[in-house]
Amino acid sequence: MNSKEITTQISEAADSLNLKKWDYGASFSNDYSVQVDKGEAKQLKASQKQILTIRVWNESNLVGITTTSDISESGIKKALYQANIASDFGNKNERTEFSPLAKDPIEVKDTKERNPVGIKKLLTLLREAEVKLLESHESIKSVPYNGLSESFYERVYANSDGAFRSYTKSQAALYLYARAEEKNKKPRSSGSVKLGYGVEDIDIESCIKEAFNKTISHLNYSPIKTDKYLICFSPESFLTIINAFSSMFNARSILDGVSLSNKNSIGKKLSTEALNIYDDGLHEKNISSSPFDGEGTPTKRLCLINKGRLENFIHSESTARIFKTIPTGHAGLGSKVSVSPDWIVVEKSEENSALKTSLDHSTYEGEFVYIEELNAIHAGVKASQGSFSLPFDGWLYKNGKKISIESATVAGDIKYLLKNIVNIESNQEVTTSGISPHIWVDELSITGDA
Amino acid sequence: MLSSQIKLNEIEFGSCNKDLLEEVIFYGMGLGADFVEIFIENTDNASVLAEEDFITSVSPSFGKGAGIRIFKDKRDGFVSTNDLTKQGLMRSVSQAIEMLDISDKNNRELFNGLNKHKDYSLSKKKWINEVPSIHEISEKLLASTKSLKKNSKIITRKGSYSRNLQEVIIASSDGTYVSDIRLHQTVGLNVIASDAQYRSSGSRRFGSSGMPHEFRLWDHEKAANDVFESSMNMLYADYVDAGQMPVVLANKFGGVIFHEACGHLLETTQIERGTTPFENKLNEKIAHESVTAIDEGISEGSFGSLSVDDEGMEPEKSVLIKDGILKKFISDRAGELRTGHKRTGSGRRQNYSFAAASRMRNTYIAKGEHSKEDLINSISDGLYCKSMGGGSVGATGQFNFAVEEGYLIKNGKLTNPVKGATLIGEAKEVMPKISMCGNDLELAPGFCGSISGSVNVTVGQPHIKVDSITVGGR
Repeated sequence: MNSKEITTQISEAADSLNLKKWDYGASFSNDYSVQVDKGEAKQLKASQKQILTIRVWNESNLVGITTTSDISESGIKKALYQANIASDFGNKNERTEFSPLAKDPIEVKDTKERNPVGIKKLLTLLREAEVKLLESHESIKSVPYNGLSESFYERVYANSDGAFRSYTKSQAALYLYARAEEKNKKPRSSGSVKLGYGVEDIDIESCIKEAFNKTISHLNYSPIKTDKYLICFSPESFLTIINAFSSMFNARSILDGVSLSNKNSIGKKLSTEALNIYDDGLHEKNISSSPFDGEGTPTKRLCLINKGRLENFIHSESTARIFKTIPTGHAGLGSKVSVSPDWIVVEKSEENSALKTSLDHSTYEGEFVYIEELNAIHAGVKASQGSFSLPFDGWLYKNGKKISIESATVAGDIKYLLKNIVNIESNQEVTTSGISPHIWVDELSITGDA
Repeated sequence: MLSSQIKLNEIEFGSCNKDLLEEVIFYGMGLGADFVEIFIENTDNASVLAEEDFITSVSPSFGKGAGIRIFKDKRDGFVSTNDLTKQGLMRSVSQAIEMLDISDKNNRELFNGLNKHKDYSLSKKKWINEVPSIHEISEKLLASTKSLKKNSKIITRKGSYSRNLQEVIIASSDGTYVSDIRLHQTVGLNVIASDAQYRSSGSRRFGSSGMPHEFRLWDHEKAANDVFESSMNMLYADYVDAGQMPVVLANKFGGVIFHEACGHLLETTQIERGTTPFENKLNEKIAHESVTAIDEGISEGSFGSLSVDDEGMEPEKSVLIKDGILKKFISDRAGELRTGHKRTGSGRRQNYSFAAASRMRNTYIAKGEHSKEDLINSISDGLYCKSMGGGSVGATGQFNFAVEEGYLIKNGKLTNPVKGATLIGEAKEVMPKISMCGNDLELAPGFCGSISGSVNVTVGQPHIKVDSITVGGR
């Protein structure tokens, strides 16, 4: 069945069960991936998946939901029936409706959909990449984590009010994580991830080069003394921190009492006035962009922090109604609708005269810690309390030299961090999770082994 | 007529699928596979969320699918599909064969048909009717969040329940033909406490496998008291000072460090990748002599227990480390093929869309002879980690774990609560420093995410003392 036929099927099944109001989201995908081990194929994978999430509203306008992978006629009927039963337990205190924007026009962009290259081609390309990385340095003994994949999927949203949206996409991903070892030294491991619309869009050479540089450059490491340091966050690590604390911008989190913000926080100062942050799911560099969210609301660019002040929250239909605003295109589809950011863009605002522009990671000669990549985010971030303590890969710059840091954590508080940004470099860099320049922060605690 | 055609051409749970499965396996072997495995799954899951004094989410879900794995030499091809018709399964076999580029050999003679069906699900078919209803779950969750309403400093209260009922059929070209039903139930409580600029949180999770009535027996009052006390104790806690120090790790979920930092390094997938420092250390000392560590799948009702693993093998009790000496690795079919370590009934996967891999089940450090007080009394200046949060282990074996609830130890006594502590180290260096094990072994349920998805596990240990470890703080 195609998505139109599924919609008809659901409509007819809902009629037969006397269900007047329903919506659904569906995902249909075909994925192919390969892994190699020292030039040999290790595991080759293919999967065909279909997931259907159906919501129904009962006579009391309470919502019930069911998710199923069975899109046969009987599977759809069973899902509707179970959703109707679940609706008896629907949340009376926070009702959900269709998004008022579910039928608005969506921005149609070139999805740059690619054709599959096939498993054999994936295998050949990954083998070559692994061999090149292994041969690039004698200390690189293996590439234990590697993979090349391509996915082709369709996402659909439709409701009983006549809304119908769908889009198809392709996406490919390459990751190479090398492990290097030298005598009498601890092994080091690092890597690189690249995304593209298709395999042929992926810059394999730059992935190999980045994995090589990151791994080899850390071979000569030293422990760092526990202390407070001037910090330079790489674009990737700063985006990691912002995404980890995105509950500050999230209306769902505010209503759930797990955000550092509250309903009255709009307009409040959150950071140095030199900082602007946007959520821009439709950004041309966002390979995973989606033109609408789980409730069918169109995706759009939204300013979150403007000159250091909180400008907007991200919303679903129900949170927007409670906050007396409109949905922003950030909803999932669930019994309790989740809200999450798409693609964060960080930039320097016009109010940047207080920044210390001499702080440039490529030229500054004073002492500072450069945080290349933050790890263990799920364990080291307490978003509801604003604190973090995270291991990182990085460098100590001292007396004009840079020394790889053996093993250390950076700890602090997000509010302190945002208010103590001392420089935002001019060049923005594209990463897999958004866009940001290098960001400098005064005095964060580093725990090391020295 | 129509009904018999459906039976012949599509997998039906609760029916005899032997002929169809044999046909699919013969097909794969005929195309030159060395080995064919079919894993078929039917799930019936439900989750319920209570927030404050209301049910805010009820989410049933259903799924059906098959994972087909073909081995050729030491390589494997894996295809997953929602299509359980004979045609769909054969298409998946063809796809896996094509991926592996097999074209030269017919191996039909290696398959002698499936063994007599071993049905582990016979006594379990009634479970679906015995698990608590959504109504019953809702009532109990609301009672639990009400129990958390103890003072005005508690600003959010949550109770969550989830039930996973998984029916599986496993058939492979070595004759394996088994069926099973697995039931896992888990319930969690979370609070956030706040007072002026101070904030803290508390959480606990409980879980069982194969015990449909267990949720009814859950003592929600006791659980709520525990979570409340933890959040109150930590509300005004100061940040811990960073440094090297001795620590005592509490029992139950304290075992997460052994699981993450050492247990994963004893899975054969790590040998395959060359990422474990213990690869050539069998029968060598890798830990302090006070440490004996076990991984098993047989403790009745424990969250990581199984009647049969996802490759059709009954789980065994594996003594991984005995008195500090490495004795065994955790192995699955691919692990045995590629590393030579015998299978341990540890081939596990989240669902049909993952190929099985060597994974832990109930993993714990065995009890020693000391009391908790002995351990604490032996430290003049250190940290007591009463409750551990999540953590991670890097590709080179470095681990990092958050301490949810910690107390300073001064002159052999517990003193002030501290927050923000992180334990940092490497298994190879820390295992020899576990110098004392308590006599109070307890287990705790958890979810472990790795190569074959998220699986239910138990972690555990008695109270243990680590002589020195890096504590991250401010």
